[in-house]
Amino acid sequence: MEHKDKLQGFILDDTKYFTLLTKKFQKRKKYQPSDYTKLRAFIPGVIQKIYVEPGQNVHKGQPLLVLEAMKMKNDVLSPIDAKVQSILVKVGDVVSKDQILIEFQI
Amino acid sequence: MLRQLVDFFFKKKRQIDESEQIAKEKQKKQGKLTARERIERIVDPGSFHEWDMFVQQASTELGLDKKFLPRDGVITGTASIMGHPICIYAQDFSVAGGSLGLAHARKITKIMDHAIKLGIPIIGINDSGGARIQEGVNSLAGYGEIFYRNTKASGVVPQISIILGPCAGGAVYSPALTDFVFVVDKISKMFITGPEVIKTVLGEEISMEELGGARVQAEIAGNAHFFAESEEECFEQVKKLVTFIPWNNKKKADPFPPKPPKVDYKISQIIPEDPRQPYDARDVIKAIVDDSDFLEIMPHFAPNVVIGFARMNGETIGIVANQPLVLAGVLDVDSSDKAARFIRFCDAFNIPLLTLVDIPGYLPGVDQEHSGVIRHGAKILYAYSEATVPKITVIMRKAYGGGYIAMCSRHLGADFVFAWPMAEIAVMGPEGAANIIYKNEIANSPNPEETRKQKVQEYIEKFANPFVAASNGYIDAVIEPDETRKYVLHSLFISKNKMEQVLPKKHGIPPF
Repeated sequence: MEHKDKLQGFILDDTKYFTLLTKKFQKRKKYQPSDYTKLRAFIPGVIQKIYVEPGQNVHKGQPLLVLEAMKMKNDVLSPIDAKVQSILVKVGDVVSKDQILIEFQI
Repeated sequence: MLRQLVDFFFKKKRQIDESEQIAKEKQKKQGKLTARERIERIVDPGSFHEWDMFVQQASTELGLDKKFLPRDGVITGTASIMGHPICIYAQDFSVAGGSLGLAHARKITKIMDHAIKLGIPIIGINDSGGARIQEGVNSLAGYGEIFYRNTKASGVVPQISIILGPCAGGAVYSPALTDFVFVVDKISKMFITGPEVIKTVLGEEISMEELGGARVQAEIAGNAHFFAESEEECFEQVKKLVTFIPWNNKKKADPFPPKPPKVDYKISQIIPEDPRQPYDARDVIKAIVDDSDFLEIMPHFAPNVVIGFARMNGETIGIVANQPLVLAGVLDVDSSDKAARFIRFCDAFNIPLLTLVDIPGYLPGVDQEHSGVIRHGAKILYAYSEATVPKITVIMRKAYGGGYIAMCSRHLGADFVFAWPMAEIAVMGPEGAANIIYKNEIANSPNPEETRKQKVQEYIEKFANPFVAASNGYIDAVIEPDETRKYVLHSLFISKNKMEQVLPKKHGIPPF
């Protein structure tokens, strides 16, 4: 069989099978548990306003900052009740998707 | 008077014919054939009869009145492929970018209506920049009317889409609603939102080819069923497919002269001694079917399950086989979607199903669970249970757990279930099962490894064989691998007049 040298081990229910792996399988993302202590940009854009300060206690649903993207001003709300530990951006910053904006202390 | 009329039409026709020259130049620059050339190369020589040649744009707004858009950018007509009647249309990119205006859409819906009424396949060649913006909502109406007919025709006449250029935005939904989608490397491009929009919204940069090129559609997205390197190769694939499928849901596919398999090996020689070593399921298929001729569908997408058409005693059958060569033949989200849709096509068009089983289970993983492997996996159960065509199952080696049930087991209504002597029908593999059942014995043993081995062996002898299932009547016969063709042929003969009735209902609600 022409695939013989490309076969890899693949364990299922304690049995090791020898088989080919697909690109999609090899590229699958490893699961990352949600990290509520970090607020990330859900879209690339520009920071227009910051409503909170480090050390301030915020509650779930409270507006934290305004992120402008595609000419829309998005109020970014706090996902949890927490204390703002640090703010990593300032007004006018251009941020990319998934960039960390604020860190919380729970 | 008559002379004048004839002259008028000749002049018109000449004008339209001249546009072919312009089309040739434009399309050639992009490495593409013209709409006319494409039709001529797919259909039988001289069989194409064009319709609605004189149709022109429906709108005169925004400067459209000053433009000459021959045929409104789409050629439609009837023809035959390998002697099978078909309706066909081809969008002409050289006319206003193949954009879809109302008259263009009406030509398509007209030919579709005919295909449905006449009970013959409809083939669409897509090469279009999208909606004709000048025609506004009328252009969108055109798309909607095409989608509506695609849906109404689904399961009535086979529908084939050939993507030979861009097919973007709403336009992609017509191919998505059809039964088979063909793409050609570097020519086909399909996406809902293009690279520009993705860049502005998400800041992600990607080329058209990487986003929705032919390879992406055939390997990653699973929107395309056939991938070709060139348009010529693609047309050969279309022709071959047409010979395997019936004209409509009331007919059977045209039979071919029966032929024995061509391969010179025996199935028993392909299967490795060690159940953990793989083999290529396609080699088994080739040893079973007529002339060893197997038309594989979606060979690049979810290759852990193999689907396609072949013939037995000259008659078309659909084959679904686990592929131990890839991911040990597990079922996952993609392979479930792939197999389930194929099973439903076969059932809708009177094509008997042969299922070859060698499955160690479902693919474990967070990504699988979060992608909804429950509802995707359920599609296979639904499709097999729903199917009333003859269903023949051969359990080759492993049939573990949910995979055993899903792969057209007796419990889902299989008409014939055979197993090879080395088949293992159990809840899971011997190692996993022994580790759970004899957990305490192994842990408390002075020599755990020895005990484990012993227990695994015990389990293999008790359960990893076809006889427990056979003694319960879940398997009809244990057969030698090299006798498979004989048994399948007999089963197909016996079930020729299968008359399973469907309970009266409007339609089922399969998990999507």
